[in-house]
Amino acid sequence: MHEMSLCESVLQVLEQQAQLQQFSRIKTVWLEVGALSAVEPEALRFCFGSVAQGTLADQARLEIIEIPGLAECAACTARVAVQQLYDVCPNCGSFQLRIIDGDQMRIKELEVE
Amino acid sequence: MCGVCGCGQDHAHDEQHEHQHHDHQPAGHSHAPGLSPSRMVRIEQDILAKNNLYAADNRRYFGERGILALNLVSSPGSGKTTLLTETIARLRADLPLAVIEGDQQTSRDAERIRAAGAPAVQINTGKGCHLDAHRIGHALHSLALEPASVLFIENVGNLVCPSAFDLGEAHKVVILSVTEGEDKPLKYPDMFRAADLMILNKTDLLPYLEFDSTQCIAYARQVNPRLRVLCLSAKTGEGMDDWLCWIKAALMLQGIGYPST
Repeated sequence: MHEMSLCESVLQVLEQQAQLQQFSRIKTVWLEVGALSAVEPEALRFCFGSVAQGTLADQARLEIIEIPGLAECAACTARVAVQQLYDVCPNCGSFQLRIIDGDQMRIKELEVE
Repeated sequence: MCGVCGCGQDHAHDEQHEHQHHDHQPAGHSHAPGLSPSRMVRIEQDILAKNNLYAADNRRYFGERGILALNLVSSPGSGKTTLLTETIARLRADLPLAVIEGDQQTSRDAERIRAAGAPAVQINTGKGCHLDAHRIGHALHSLALEPASVLFIENVGNLVCPSAFDLGEAHKVVILSVTEGEDKPLKYPDMFRAADLMILNKTDLLPYLEFDSTQCIAYARQVNPRLRVLCLSAKTGEGMDDWLCWIKAALMLQGIGYPST
């Protein structure tokens, strides 16, 4: 459910940027969503469509760039790919994985007119 | 009126915002002849940036006044409110306490807290599934917290969404009751990852259940190796002293101190 409030936050940023950067309509929004962020891309897509209705982003295309999870192991210092927060280091078996990428939710770029 | 959020209240917002150094220059133009001109605009902004800005305001407010803010998160029915009323009963003589209650509807929990002897503000999130830092900021204005005090924020019963929203708290405390599944830390890893302390509540019921506490704690540490764990029963009081000691230690570590008794 919090995908709805995330979409509202996205829209607030878009409206703010529209004033700053002088555009009136948004055709495409690129979001970076990490595999380890607490966001479901499909739910985000669904919510964005309804939140954007009647706004400057009405009918805008939502492009979600999924960023894979990356962690550094505190035990063996290896950099490893992670799919879940409870993954184990494939190198040494430790759970001491520090997430270094793939937990972001960012608005990256817009196509506007 | 607040100039940032336009919410009708007069409160300060920090202009130092972590993404302000990114450039906001358009990345280029991509228009073809005969089509309406469209261009690309780089944003590079965290979706939660606005919430994080309000959280930073709250954190500064707490820091300036010496307030320990604890964000209590769990699924519905884990015993958060009972834990709070029992904590208030034991601590209220020593230091000022206050509670912000988050629920979708009703002010029943705030009434229980007030009956236990602490001021409480109820936030009804309506259709929302979590508290955000902006709503906490407004609740702080109506609470008028005393310096050197503890603020408990009882979040909406939900193990998913509140993990993403920083409220400006010093610690997230996740409460899990032994009537739930011991694999909840694996099923809802975001919350257990975000917490500094896990309280395993309702331990008085363990003799009647097949709950494996050791396994549950192992799962939680698999998700968050730095997680501290306390086992207690808010109902019988067993283990409550450990929780009070943790609060006192957190007060000391925040530089707030604890009044000697």
